[in-house]
Amino acid sequence: MSAGNGASAPPVGTVASPLLSLRGLVKHFPLTSGWFGASKGTMRALDGVSFDVARGETLGVVGESGCGKTTLGRTILRLTEPTAGEIRFDGVDIRALKGRELRTMRRRMQMIFQDPYASLNPRMTIGTTVKEGLLIHKIARGAQADHRVRQLLEEVGLRAEYAAQYPHEFSGGQRQRVGIARALAVEPSFIVCDEPVSALDVSVQAQVINLLRDLQQSHALTYLFIAHDLAVIRHMATRVAVMYLGRIVEFANVEDLYREPIMPYTQALLSAIPVPDPKTKRQRIVLAGEVPSAANPPSGCVFHPRCQHPAKDAACSRIVPPLEEKAPAHWAACFKQPPSGVSWESQQQAGATKMPERHLPLVSIRG
Amino acid sequence: MTSPSGIAASEPAASDALIDVQNLRVAFSTPAGLARAVDGVSFSIAPGETVGMVGESGCGKTVTGLSLLRLIEPPGLIDPASRILFEGRDLLRLSEREIRRVRGRRIAMVFQEPMTALNPVFTVGDQIAEVVRVHEGASRRAAWQRAVEMLERVGLSSPAERAKQYPHQLSGGMRQRVLIGMALVMRPALLIADEPTTALDVTVQAQILELLRELQRDFGMAVLLITHDLGVIAETATRVLVMYGGEIVEQASMDELFANAHHPYTQGLLAAMPRVDDTRERLTTIPGTVPPPTAWPSGCRFRDRCPHAWDRTSREHPDLFVVSGSHTSRCFLAQEPERRRAVVAEQTE
Repeated sequence: MSAGNGASAPPVGTVASPLLSLRGLVKHFPLTSGWFGASKGTMRALDGVSFDVARGETLGVVGESGCGKTTLGRTILRLTEPTAGEIRFDGVDIRALKGRELRTMRRRMQMIFQDPYASLNPRMTIGTTVKEGLLIHKIARGAQADHRVRQLLEEVGLRAEYAAQYPHEFSGGQRQRVGIARALAVEPSFIVCDEPVSALDVSVQAQVINLLRDLQQSHALTYLFIAHDLAVIRHMATRVAVMYLGRIVEFANVEDLYREPIMPYTQALLSAIPVPDPKTKRQRIVLAGEVPSAANPPSGCVFHPRCQHPAKDAACSRIVPPLEEKAPAHWAACFKQPPSGVSWESQQQAGATKMPERHLPLVSIRG
Repeated sequence: MTSPSGIAASEPAASDALIDVQNLRVAFSTPAGLARAVDGVSFSIAPGETVGMVGESGCGKTVTGLSLLRLIEPPGLIDPASRILFEGRDLLRLSEREIRRVRGRRIAMVFQEPMTALNPVFTVGDQIAEVVRVHEGASRRAAWQRAVEMLERVGLSSPAERAKQYPHQLSGGMRQRVLIGMALVMRPALLIADEPTTALDVTVQAQILELLRELQRDFGMAVLLITHDLGVIAETATRVLVMYGGEIVEQASMDELFANAHHPYTQGLLAAMPRVDDTRERLTTIPGTVPPPTAWPSGCRFRDRCPHAWDRTSREHPDLFVVSGSHTSRCFLAQEPERRRAVVAEQTE
């Protein structure tokens, strides 16, 4: 019945000479409580994630709270150690790196955080904050470093004089620009952007999105762009991974995903987004319930308790759906959406009563 | 009665309104100076109507909502010349005792953060029952019964068991349902919902918006929905107030606003929103940031960020002008049709 044990599943979205390559990435957090931390089981934050990130692309990772998207970003940068699996950056297994080698590698991988209020040191001028990376990695020092800081600030749309000021003197959008300048300072080739615009006002959000796009062009950057907002992902991403309870449930090029989402979860997620246009009358798929706990995920397909697919039946709670290529370069984890390698016979053995059928409720709406 | 466009909108004689806010001003004294958070806001809401109030952080929308319940605490102060007429009385002139009989009973509020708005040491049933006991003097048992009924009404399964649980035992979406239940248990005439879905996941947001629509229809209450999300407005409101710099800068029916936004700020907001159904390479941006309430620019408060600003906008402060029918905009372009035509021609180019 382990038709798709995540950890051994074949990777999706592979590319030639990827910048980043994940294979069977697993991160479990032990849940402990009471006397001497008695174990109460494990939280499966990442449960077998495998994909490639191509050079120069933006890979969008989208999902709701608790889906593992933030853990994914932190694990790739080794801010938390994975439980199992492989992370290769530019061909090097970064889990094997230590000390100086790891530090050198970290220079190439940076992160931009969600909360521009919490991610800057309030006691450091923004100039010092941006300069820190230059000094640590011995990229520049003295007057040269100060000059570089001024350049970086101007590059992200801030005035060079701001270098002497403290974070509290800036708005959220300006602070996020400081965070971007800090990441750029060490000349990375890869940046994990973890909800970089979700704390910002709409008018400022658009500025930061455009800035990130411009910098990607001018610095040949590759992004892993984590967000809960499918509208933001659409504007940023080249390809998208949809996550649910620690797993990738759909993976596709951005146009394909938005034109024809295959996994019932992605369909519901897309239909749930309010569109700022009263003329757009759309069918709204309102899911029952909320995301279950990753400490106690549902059996079989982790999405089955909330699924609205008309062919949902007992097999969905017994067979783990493998992530399969349903259309060229478009993977989804649902054996009720044909074609599937999980045969009807094996579904019947697991109690299936409803034949798989294509269910694409959003296609007709988008005409 | 239709007003010719371009004239300053007169205060509507809203005798049939449920609530009529007239020239509301709220200021906070801060170390940086006097923050005029709400600076002359007038609007009314008819019984059963859903009005959306949209704006970014610092525009004064939350303070407006709190003022309607007189929940402004020092160092904040509501200007004594402001008036909030509700069911024939001016809320700002009620005694503390009288306003407490309005709060939670005739006007209720749902807040953004369901974690902090509930008391962690009481069961959710107790918290709803307390509202009934305070306002109706109901018996413990009757109040508990009402709480359980309300939990069922807001869509919690096994409400009798849920009522005995504490907030931490519920998910974010369930807590927001509990808060809505607590707000509606007295069947208020007006519900103020301040970012009721902002802290929730999108699939849960869809459930809560659905629930609010359904309860509004069944209870016939009016709703003031405060949000930064024009998408949420488009799906719920019938009329929209756009706030900027402590003022209403545009007011229109929902369809009119989305089809013919007049104020450059509203237009900018609509263009800046990333949407799932469009494939623009670059988003249109509004340059700069919202000014702090301690230092609103003179003249038009949006002029520093406005693509069409001209000398008049820095000299004079614009009124709300009639654009057409009940559509008003705080922009001089409504008064200068020549200039407006040039701007529109430029935009469509």
